[in-house]
This record gives sequence, structure tokens and C-alpha cells, in this order.
Amino acid sequence: MSFLKINNATKSYGSTKVLRNIDIDVEEGEFLVLVGPSGCGKSTLLNMIAGLENITSGTISIKGQTMNGVHPSKRNIAMVFQSYALYPNMTVGQNITFGLEMHGTAKPEREKAMNEVAEMLQIKPLLNRKPGQLSGGQRQRVAMGRALVRDPDVFLFDEPLSNLDAKLRVDMRTEIKKLHQKLGTTIVYVTHDQIEAMTLSTRIAVMNGGYVQQLGTPKEIYDAPANLFVASFMGSPSMNLVPAKVVSNGDGIFAQLSTGLSEQVNLRFSNPTEALKGFDQKEITLGIRPEAITDPEGADRKARHIEQITNRVIVTEPAGSDTYVMSSLGGKDCNARMRADAQVAAGQNVPFAINMDKAIPFDPSSEMRIA
Amino acid sequence: MSVASTETAINTGRITRTFIYLLLILFALFYLLPFGIMVINSVKPLSEITGGNMMSLPQVFTLEPWLKAWNSAQVGVEATGLKPYFWNSLKMVFPAVAISTVLGALNGYVLTKWRFKGDTILFGLMLFACFIPFQIVLIPMARVLGFLGIAGSTPGLVLVHVVYGLGFTTLYFRNYYQVFPTELIRAAQIDGAGFFRIFWRIMLPSSGPIIVVSVIWQFTNIWNDFLFGASFADLDSQPMTVALNNLVSSSTGVKEYNVHFAGAIIAALPTLLVYIVAGRYFVRGLMAGSVKG
Repeated sequence: MSFLKINNATKSYGSTKVLRNIDIDVEEGEFLVLVGPSGCGKSTLLNMIAGLENITSGTISIKGQTMNGVHPSKRNIAMVFQSYALYPNMTVGQNITFGLEMHGTAKPEREKAMNEVAEMLQIKPLLNRKPGQLSGGQRQRVAMGRALVRDPDVFLFDEPLSNLDAKLRVDMRTEIKKLHQKLGTTIVYVTHDQIEAMTLSTRIAVMNGGYVQQLGTPKEIYDAPANLFVASFMGSPSMNLVPAKVVSNGDGIFAQLSTGLSEQVNLRFSNPTEALKGFDQKEITLGIRPEAITDPEGADRKARHIEQITNRVIVTEPAGSDTYVMSSLGGKDCNARMRADAQVAAGQNVPFAINMDKAIPFDPSSEMRIA
Repeated sequence: MSVASTETAINTGRITRTFIYLLLILFALFYLLPFGIMVINSVKPLSEITGGNMMSLPQVFTLEPWLKAWNSAQVGVEATGLKPYFWNSLKMVFPAVAISTVLGALNGYVLTKWRFKGDTILFGLMLFACFIPFQIVLIPMARVLGFLGIAGSTPGLVLVHVVYGLGFTTLYFRNYYQVFPTELIRAAQIDGAGFFRIFWRIMLPSSGPIIVVSVIWQFTNIWNDFLFGASFADLDSQPMTVALNNLVSSSTGVKEYNVHFAGAIIAALPTLLVYIVAGRYFVRGLMAGSVKG
């Protein structure tokens, strides 16, 4: 029996279906991130777990108990909101202990719990201040403190970092991860930021259009995206998706495509699946992440098969740590990640090394990965 | 920011500035003139008013008219002064203001945070209360008061003013709560606070500016109301405004203008006081809903 079980849950407003047949099992101590573009239903799903929105059909259960119709305060959950939702009229201390007070905890115990949490989050000096006197990062901490003090079964985070500036966001991300490692509680976290999803989670549910597109570990999601949506949504810069034709001969199975120099090149798949063999002479969409296309010196030495091609550089984007090099492949712009000191300039013909271990074929009609 | 906000005033030369101030002072004096004349004449003996210039300053200073207006002027059948009616007004105003404000806040809270089917229509209907002229409700209200058995009493007047004021207070609070973040309500729900707990502990304490607006509005309206007081009050529940009218328009004896002036000032004092104490919050509260802080 899993800790948090979402079983065939749907949500509709009138005739508009917002969530369709969601099935997610979360084990105790897991960090599940719901990620997707705005309007994909991820926040709705979180609110359904919290009990702030009712469930149209299906069930959500925590610790084996069905939560349909149970009041939010009786689910033993805590939630951190995007706007932090700190009560403006109360001090930080009162904000943190309000939930305990509502649940009838005695004052000395409340004080004790508050002090422990304040200690952990280093907000002790702020306890007597009002939320209006705090900075964004401090408010974020207080909001987490308010959730932590309840010692809930499940933590729910609704885009908690999106109101912070870029640097603070990275810091708080690390803090949240540390906190999860320390406490080991179950967390469901909603974000539209795929980097947050990758860095924080133990598992990711990529959502779009009311469906869970793929549920898996960050590595599975990144290395073996189930479909074109997941492939293009996860990863920054996003995966190159170029049209190619499957050809095969005695040497293996190849993806045939044209370069920016109008030459046809054949790229051999290093581990073709059975399904791919059925696509012989058919068009596919080939997905290659930018980091799998490099300068030959920067290529992964452990890769089983690397194809080297010559192509014309359209534009270069030095990013400090790497240089992104744009070229044309299969008639589309294709991003390559080269070492920062790779000597390339726009208009030159330079060698590119493509790590074919990481090339993923997709069926252009069904948009699913060919596996 | 504070530097920038002073910069928004148009830069003008010294002469223009002096001219503007002079003009403003002139207007202020003009508006204060009636009140000034009331004060001047309320501390004169009657002979100075009837025998001379109303505009001149008092030759003999006396508080006699004030004491008389308060204690012993002939208002109704007995020479009680305005004192008992002043208390009548207070006994009516305080509960009416408190009840209509709290109910208005509760309405605003429900209409914005506990939405239900048809709530906008209901709110629209409640807004009608702001546009209906007093006179239209007189007869139905008289029936209702009679039916409830509180006609001619202070509780009856309180009910009338609460019902009539509810449209306004609901409008104020609804607009104020409209921009109040709903996530706060959700957080409180998860924390385990119920409907009324959220209202008392979170909504009301954050509603300072709009409470001030509602209180000032209701206080001045109810205190100054004459029609409902004249229509629905008995002799022992008549409010200040009705008593003042009786004092001034009594047709027997000498017209004691100095006493009338003193009585009129006494009748206006509470509203004046409310404005002086809470006036700046009034403007702030009116602005609160419209401009995003």
C-alpha cells in the first residue's frame, strides 16, 4: 500500500475536463514534483490532495485512508503557497503556531514546537515581527516553518519559489532539498520550472493537457522521454528534434538526414530496438540533446558510438561555461554544446561529434518514443 | 519614494504660491463662516442678538445658552433640554453602527470568499438598498416594526438603520475583500480554522481601513437622520435631530436664537469629532480598494 495514492482521479468544471484519469502512487519519504506548463492541471491536482478542491471522480488516499470529502484540516497535510499566504495581522510566531492553536495544542507545547522550527530555519530573531516587515526569502522561510511545525504526513508546495529573485531561488532550492533529506517526509511539489523539478525530485510527473505524460525518476524523464512533449519540455536548452529517415543495411540501422552543407549523412544507432527496425524507410523525428552534440575533443569517451560529421556554423552563443553552436540538421536549427574554448565561428565548416547512445527516435505521427 | 512623491506637486514660483495659499485661506474662511457665526451667537445673551448685529463679536461672554440648550430648554412637553435626546441618539447610533458594520463585513466575506451560485445577483439586489430613497420604505417599515412589536422604541430605530445601512456596508466590505488574497483563507482552512474563526481572526483584523470608512459613514448617516427618527420614534426614544427640530420650531414664547445655535452645535459635535479623529483613515480606506499598494 503506497503512502499517498491517487487512483483514477478526474476533475471537471461543468463539461470542461481539467484532469483526466490521474494515477500516481507516492511512497513514504518520496519527493514528487508535478511539472508542466501553466494550465496543465498541476495546481488543481495539488489542491485536490489538499482538499481545497473536490474530486469529480476517483479517489485520493493518504496512509490507506480515503480522503474524498475529508476537510483539509483533518488530512494531516501542510501546504506552502506561492504567495506564502502569511496572516498579515499576526506576528511570525503567531503565524507559525496558528495551526497548532486551531488543533487545540496547549500553549507550552506550541511554544516548544515553534522554537524548534525557528531554530531549524534560522528565523528566531524574526518571531516577533509582522510578515510585512520581512523580505521575500524570510517570508518563504516563515511559510515553510508554518508547514513544518504541524509535523504533517504530506507536505504540499505550490510553486513556492516563483516569487523569489533568481539567486535566492537557487539558494532556497538547495535549502528545501536539505530539509527533505533531513526530515524524510513525503513531499508533493508543483512547479513549472523544469530545472527545479530535475534538481529536487526523487520522481517527476510531467503533466500536460490534464494528463500525466510521464511519471518517472529525473533520469528516466531526461534520458528516455516517453513522447515529444516530455522531450521538448524537459531540459534547457531543449532537445533538438529533427526529421530523419530510417535506413538499414548489413552494418546496422541508420538515421539519414541532410546537413547545412546539403550533404546526406547516415548516423548509425548504437543500440537500435526491435521497434525501430519496423520503421525502415520511414520518416522519424530524431531527438538529440545539445550536450550529445559536441566538438570531437569534448565528446564523451565512454560513449559506445560517436558519429562525426562536418557542418556549417550558423551562430555561436558563448555562455561562459559552455559555448552553444547552432547549425542546420535535417533542415532545422540544431543546438550543440561545445567546450567554452572550442575554436568555432559563424560561417565556418567545423566537425561535430554526435553521441548516438543518446539519440532518441520518435514516431512523428503518434509523437511517442519508438521503443 | 518620499522624495519622489513631493516632486509630483507642480513647481511654481513664490508669487503664484502665495496667491494660491491666499485663495485657499479665503475659501476656508468662507466655508467656516456659518459655523463661526453659530459659535459667536451661541455665547451671546439673547438681547445682543435681537438688538444688534449677528456678525459682531459678543460684548458679554456667557455659557448660559449652552447650559439651557443642554439642560432646561423646552423641547417636548417638559423642559428637559436636549440631554435625554442626546442619550437617545447615542443608544441608537452605537448598536446600529456596530451591527451594520459587522453584518456588512460578514456579507462581504461570504460574497467574496465563500462564493455560491447566484451570489452576484444577490449582491446586485443588495446594492439596491443604496439607491432606494428613504421615503419609499417608510410604510412597509412601519408595518414590519408594528409586526415585531418594536415600533416607537430605540431597538426599532436600530433595526431600521441596520437594514438601511446594510447595502452600503456590504458594498464597502465586498470591494475591500475582493482583493484580499484567497490563498490566506485556504491556508487558514488547512490550519484548521472554520468559517467564523477565519472571519474573526484573519479577515476582521486586516480590515482596519474599511471598518473606519464604514463606521464614519454609518455614524454620520444615522446620527444626522431625521426622517426615520421623526417617523418611527416615540417621545421617549426621539433622537437628537428630532429634538433639535422641536426646540427650534416650537411656536410658543420668545425665539431664543442663542439657545438654538448652541443646540445645533451640540447636535453636530459627535459627527465632527468622528471626522477629526478618524478622517485621515477615511480617505486612506476609500483609496485602499482602488489603488494596489
